Amino acid sequence: MQFQLTATQIMIQQMVREFAHQDIQPLAALTDETSTFPRGSVEKMQRYGLLGMNIPAQYGGGGTDSISYVIAVEEISKVCATTGVILSAHNSLFCDPLLKFGTSVQQEKYLVPAAKGIKLGAFALTEPNAGTDSASQVTRAIKEENGYRITGSKIFITNGGEADFYIIFAMTDASKGTRGISAFIIEKGWPGFDFGRVEEKMGIHGSSTRELIFQDLIVPQENLLGEEGRGFKVAMQTLDGGRIGIAAQAVGIAQGALDQTVAYIKQRKQFNQEIAKFQAVQFTIADMETRTSAARLLTYQAADAKDKGLAFSNLAAMAKLFASETATYVTNKAVQLHGGYGYTKEYPVERMMRDAKITEIYEGTSEVQRMVIAAHVIG
Amino acid sequence: MKIIVCIKQVPNTKEIRIDPETGTMIRKGVPSIINPDDKHALEAALALKDNDDEVQVTVLSMGPMQAKEALIECLCMGADEAILLSDRAFGGADTWATANTLAAAVRKIGEFDLILCGQQAIDGDTAQVGPQLADRLKIPQVTYAQSLTLEGKTLTMDRQMEDGWQVIKTQLPALVTATRKLNHPRLMNIKDIVRVTSQENPVQVLGLADIQINPDETGLKGSPTRVKRSFSPTIGSEVHMINGSTSDIAGELISVLQELLLVKK
Amino acid sequence: MTENKKNVWVFAEQREGELQPVVLELLSAAQQIAVDLDAQLTAILFGKDIKPLATVLAEYGAEKVIICDEPEFEIYQTEPYTQQLYALVTEHNPEVLFIGATHNGRDLGPRLASRLNTGLTADCTKLDVDAETKELLMTRPAFGGNLMATIICPNHRPQMATVRPGVFKAEKQPVANSEVITVPSVVKSTDVLTEIVRVIKENSTEEDITKARIIVAGGRGLGKAEGFALLQKLADKLDGTVAGSRAAVDAGWIKSARQVGQTGKNVQPELYIACGISGAIQHLVGMNSSRIIVAINTDKDAPIFKTAHYGLVGDVYQIIPELIHQLG
Repeated sequence: MQFQLTATQIMIQQMVREFAHQDIQPLAALTDETSTFPRGSVEKMQRYGLLGMNIPAQYGGGGTDSISYVIAVEEISKVCATTGVILSAHNSLFCDPLLKFGTSVQQEKYLVPAAKGIKLGAFALTEPNAGTDSASQVTRAIKEENGYRITGSKIFITNGGEADFYIIFAMTDASKGTRGISAFIIEKGWPGFDFGRVEEKMGIHGSSTRELIFQDLIVPQENLLGEEGRGFKVAMQTLDGGRIGIAAQAVGIAQGALDQTVAYIKQRKQFNQEIAKFQAVQFTIADMETRTSAARLLTYQAADAKDKGLAFSNLAAMAKLFASETATYVTNKAVQLHGGYGYTKEYPVERMMRDAKITEIYEGTSEVQRMVIAAHVIG
Repeated sequence: MKIIVCIKQVPNTKEIRIDPETGTMIRKGVPSIINPDDKHALEAALALKDNDDEVQVTVLSMGPMQAKEALIECLCMGADEAILLSDRAFGGADTWATANTLAAAVRKIGEFDLILCGQQAIDGDTAQVGPQLADRLKIPQVTYAQSLTLEGKTLTMDRQMEDGWQVIKTQLPALVTATRKLNHPRLMNIKDIVRVTSQENPVQVLGLADIQINPDETGLKGSPTRVKRSFSPTIGSEVHMINGSTSDIAGELISVLQELLLVKK
Repeated sequence: MTENKKNVWVFAEQREGELQPVVLELLSAAQQIAVDLDAQLTAILFGKDIKPLATVLAEYGAEKVIICDEPEFEIYQTEPYTQQLYALVTEHNPEVLFIGATHNGRDLGPRLASRLNTGLTADCTKLDVDAETKELLMTRPAFGGNLMATIICPNHRPQMATVRPGVFKAEKQPVANSEVITVPSVVKSTDVLTEIVRVIKENSTEEDITKARIIVAGGRGLGKAEGFALLQKLADKLDGTVAGSRAAVDAGWIKSARQVGQTGKNVQPELYIACGISGAIQHLVGMNSSRIIVAINTDKDAPIFKTAHYGLVGDVYQIIPELIHQLG
């Protein structure tokens, strides 16, 4: 059992921290204000090897372990949760399932460019009437001669419209319930594949959260990901890993808010002294720090188990549950400790508070995480 | 094409604090970094490498073993090879001895096309090692480079002057010192971090025995200059504080300045 | 003549027929050194059609001027200047050689020192002669100005030192009967290793802060770029110039040409008003020769108050408008 970071992890942390500070942070407020997808930052992440960082080198990835990946997502999310989720969605929700379930032809065509970061990926499971109850999705994939004809829609898709490649899910056999869902790889620009509304959200404004519309979209046979009818497994296993990415994002949001708050309370003076000297403030900081550290460790543990090929679904669920609720708690307290200033846009904590909330919802709500954890414990 | 980049690990002088009691510099706990100008030099080399696979970038430094960290960071930025000159005998060197020792290492490295150095180091601030190294190697030098292009064996540079710049051409092999205006240094990247940190000995260490040099011409022994004494800078006499309400202190300051004939009455 | 007398040499850099200001400052500072060493103060001048400058050099104390007036020296280039100066130094063996730390001086000095196998001390802020050993004592800042070091060059000659512009004050000390000697060039065309393709002067209407009589400077404490607009208003009232600390330049609030400090410019105005500048050493070394320093800062413990002549603890955004108002 190792609680210290390895030399490699330390260097990665140093690099991403500097990158986040130098290149991402200066754009964070503007990204939020204008709801602009930070394409420039995506290109820089590609340049430094962050996109696909945890995919093995033979596929064009960086070959890092999952803890390094968690560290990177945290460092980026500290300054910009939007950029953090773009990275997380690409690596965990697109690259990872291709690595696990893709054929060598699919990996060559889709994984390699994504792992190299020259193409951006996305994952589309959720539908207007199928969120937690993902099995009740209605997007249909009708088997045809050389492939499938897909009709339906997906909503709330991260990187929607911006990504080049998409893993989508559709019902190939409605009579079989979850065993009737299949996964497909599709490309932006294919006839019958369109984009709908861009959601205006409470937070992570720069993240492109978009509707995908399929109208007689023809998908060739070779783009079926995994076996027909085994799509639900692809989705669930992918989300297990994705949870670790979101937990990392949440830890980053919490830590970022905490760092801002510590700096603020040391310079803010009331009653002739720094408010950092007041015990009530100190106790709140202690709580914020402890919860964030605990969230981080749960996340590292899940990442470590995943890399070792051990069962990690439960660990990932606990990490995501705890980290997301921690992010909400910490950012809320951060605004409080900033007082009136925290409520204004002059300080970043109000954005962080708005950004934090989604981590309790996407990639499996906290309710879903609780279901997973309880099932693991109780049986 | 072979490029050698000279690197120095330095304390981050921006973070140096003065001990309020003794008035002396607190060196402990000051983080060590790659000298900023040297990073610009390395970036110039790596940029040339981006456009040409045949370019080989070797980073060279003289310093204590701790300087390995700086060289590892350079490798993680994309340099191909790292050499550290480290030996007790090299210690205490002034710029002449340093340049002499670096020159010996360059001769050991063999053929090269271009040497890039930072304009100056933030601890010594002398800007001497680059030109002195160029002289030891008998190659042309161009200092204060703020832009750099290479065509075949011809190097064209913008040399920063106080009131503008000069466009200078020279032929390789040559030595160029880089200013901060030259470029925007890249950070380390994931692939190189993973590759380098998995190697046992990514940095090659050379001692006195490994290079051809007269032991009397290196280190403290070989330094024509030496430090007679060092001390903390003392700051002047008593300050006269002007207190009161905003309007009072503004008024008093104006009076004072008028008395001193600095402001018209 | 006085062949056995020691020599103190000052390299007189000229550009376009005008002496660099630092040369006159150096000559003034070298006066005392020459006296302490009982040496002759000599200026070395390279260029084309620059003989008239010898008169100016004599006005500032050069007892002798050695001139090399040839086309290849018209514009400074590393190798020709290094070679020529090397030849002169090895012939005459000066005890001391001073070079102004201009961009060219910092290019020439080290290359020459290497070739002469002698020591060079850069950016000296103080020059003395040791009473006992008669060695030149060269004091300079290191570690970004956090440490001062006095350097000696005991066993090698000449003892070489460079000095930045604005460190010493130029003072006329005219020498009657200053001797002017012209020497031929030793440089061959094959010695010229670099080619100057073009010289570009920056077309700036930028005021040179080093020439300003009154400077109003801003630092990190201003908090935002708009603070400089306020400083400009005060500067206008005082007929002064605006400058900034490194922090302000790094934040993009003011151009680097207006940076005062260790890595910026040395200024010696009559009045320096430091607003929201904490007084880190790196900044102080650039302005502590100002005649009168006024510091305005909200932090009463800011180091600038130890250097300033007058200190005001308060908010720049309240004090400056009040000053502007009262100045009418």
